[in-house]
Amino acid sequence: MDESRRKFLMGAGRLLVLTGAASVAWDAIVEGQPEQAPNYNTIDHWWGMVIDIEKCIGCGQCVRACKEENGVLLDDEHFRTWVERYVVDMDDPDHPLVDAPNGGYDGFPDLPGMPENIKTFFVPKLCNHCVDSPCVQVCPVGATFDSPDGVVLVDKDRCLGCRYCVQACPYGCRYIDPRTNTVDKCTLCYHRITKGLTTACCEVCPTGARMLGDLKNPKDPIHEFLRTHKVQVLKPQMATGSKTYYNGLDGSVR
Amino acid sequence: MGSRWHNYSHLIRMAALFVAGILIFLVGRSFFVPADFGVYWHYRAGALDDARARPIRFAGQAACVECHSDISDLRKTARHAKVSCESCHGALATHAAGDEPLKPTRPNGKALCVGCHTKSPSKPVAFPQIDVADHAGDNACIECHNPHAPKIS
Amino acid sequence: MDAVQGYMYPNEVELQWSILIVLYPFITGLVAGAFILASLERVFNVHVVKPTYRLALLTALAFLIVAPLPLQLHLGHPERSLEMYFTPHTTSAMAMFGFVYLWYLMVVLVLEIWLDYRKDLVLAWRASRGVARWFYAVLCLGVDNISDEALRIDDKVGHTLTIIGIPSAFLLHGYVGFIFGSIKANPWWSTPLMPIVFLFSAMVSGIALVMLMYMAMSKLYRREIDVACVDKIAQYLFYAFIIDFTLEMIDLIHRVYESDESFRALDFMVHTRLFTSQIVLQIMVGTVVPLALLAVTQLFTIPSATRLRIYTVAGVLTLVGIFAMRWNVVIGGQLFSKSFLGYTTYKMQYVTREGLLPAIALLIAPFGILWLLVRLLPPWAPEPAAESGVVGKATV
Repeated sequence: MDESRRKFLMGAGRLLVLTGAASVAWDAIVEGQPEQAPNYNTIDHWWGMVIDIEKCIGCGQCVRACKEENGVLLDDEHFRTWVERYVVDMDDPDHPLVDAPNGGYDGFPDLPGMPENIKTFFVPKLCNHCVDSPCVQVCPVGATFDSPDGVVLVDKDRCLGCRYCVQACPYGCRYIDPRTNTVDKCTLCYHRITKGLTTACCEVCPTGARMLGDLKNPKDPIHEFLRTHKVQVLKPQMATGSKTYYNGLDGSVR
Repeated sequence: MGSRWHNYSHLIRMAALFVAGILIFLVGRSFFVPADFGVYWHYRAGALDDARARPIRFAGQAACVECHSDISDLRKTARHAKVSCESCHGALATHAAGDEPLKPTRPNGKALCVGCHTKSPSKPVAFPQIDVADHAGDNACIECHNPHAPKIS
Repeated sequence: MDAVQGYMYPNEVELQWSILIVLYPFITGLVAGAFILASLERVFNVHVVKPTYRLALLTALAFLIVAPLPLQLHLGHPERSLEMYFTPHTTSAMAMFGFVYLWYLMVVLVLEIWLDYRKDLVLAWRASRGVARWFYAVLCLGVDNISDEALRIDDKVGHTLTIIGIPSAFLLHGYVGFIFGSIKANPWWSTPLMPIVFLFSAMVSGIALVMLMYMAMSKLYRREIDVACVDKIAQYLFYAFIIDFTLEMIDLIHRVYESDESFRALDFMVHTRLFTSQIVLQIMVGTVVPLALLAVTQLFTIPSATRLRIYTVAGVLTLVGIFAMRWNVVIGGQLFSKSFLGYTTYKMQYVTREGLLPAIALLIAPFGILWLLVRLLPPWAPEPAAESGVVGKATV
């Protein structure tokens, strides 16, 4: 592509594809100062996510993209998002076999010699950005908190590294980053969603199994999805007010 | 101090020590608590900006389409229409911003395709899956399929 | 045994809370238990345990000074720990514990010990020279008034403090239990019985410790052991232990009978990874055996020398059992996945910040502090020269 066309597109084309906040944000991003992207008002948003299990193919793109976008440690014990593979023996449906080799980062190897009578599927996991987060409740110093737009974040400058929040999370979504000795977790790509972009995991998901949604934006397709599908959150008995809704969630999933 | 209070003087001094301790604590507190703590709720308001400050690695579909509309036109009606560019081509924010190696590396063809399309009982039945050895042998996928419009016409 | 068996969420494989966090409820429990024993004499007028009153207070203080250290060492950022006091999050059990601890340390223990020892300190101030004189003067806050009226006031205030102190000691250790018991994500911890079980196990361990310390100190300082006193303490130990054991059994029976979604996973854990520390150490060696030994001393007439030996063995086993109980709560609570589908392993480190070595050092430290405290503030009757300064407290 020649330079002039590129220039032209940067001007005109953008207006066609990017709208509103995203467009303004994009200017700042292109200028290498994305943190200055304006036009984002926290109280106008309320973020959540939909995971469509019936679309997940366990490719691991989300896991890889998340680690790259957020600089997560590349070992097999630190994940902001990971994918589990469930194998449910229909003769013993309460005790599924689950694996997540390297959190699904490398995809999943073949299932060796499985009985006929099974059902099997993938379940992507991430922070549920709960409304009544147990992790926020137990943090002794206010280092982890709910942002006004419904994202559970960590203040690395104040975190003591006491790990109480790690114990309190029912979903195993938190870990200590040994590089900072503070807790780390999914930020719902806060640096992206506040600039009109979607999360890294949603960006790369090839099947649309993950959908970021702004629950305060009436035009967001998430409302239509939640209205037309039977969704469930993980461990509803924990009453955490999870905002990660699963479509097609099997009862065996923990 | 009256004689009656004389017998309390050690207790009064101890109480003064406690009061002094509390005062020192309050003064220390005013020094150590960041000014923007508690502006919204029980946290440091600046932490929101910290979380936003992280550089972006994946440019996002809109940025790709801005320049590469030819490819996006080709994909528009194809099976891969909804697969984002960076899903296969990797994180390209620096490429999109124009201040890094302008030419992104070519995706590792077959491994990439197989990553999604290998047959697995765990995948949704409707998703196109193949037994790789049976389907293509040693041939590269792109010998038959255009990854931007994979359906063979 | 594989490090991981079944399925753990990937972030769960590594344990978050180490042996240092095992020490913390153990040490805090000793404090609460020792203090409750001390209050028996003062508030409930059980004069027979008087010989251990001051020793129990000093033991409580020595252990309470060490109690926050394992937490401090464990933090990823120890230098930020004061944030707990500067910006305490009111919904956090841990943050509020900081204030319970401070209240207990400063208002209850330090004040009570100070009031109780003030007369001795003033006498020591008057009798000493040089640096020691300054030191005692500072401890006395520069007031050398030990008139009858002043001491009467001290005693009254001290009595009030003890009465406040008992609920405070209950709160202190009940609260430690709450820190675990309030974690709804963890079925091994999450039970309203947790604070109560912690409280009674604290009393058991604290009473056992003071009993052992009294016997050891008497041997060390070649003083005669007051057998009637030890008998009484052993009796309290026995009763507290029965209540503690009953509570734990209620918890167990309740879990077995309800058999909720977590039961299969926890049951499997107790029979495998936790078998040695839970069944063998905590329940058999650390509870059933000492309870049986104490029962023997209650039921049969045994010569006092033998009785003291039995008490010693029972006391040591009790401490082992309560330590195992803390271990099983803290470590056991992290060995299973919150998915209830798998188990991990605690890999204890040795010479690192969170390893076995600092843990041992932290367990020895209170005894060092106690040794120092006993030298500064002898819990026994002072030398004949200062005879007048002895037991004044008992006469209200």
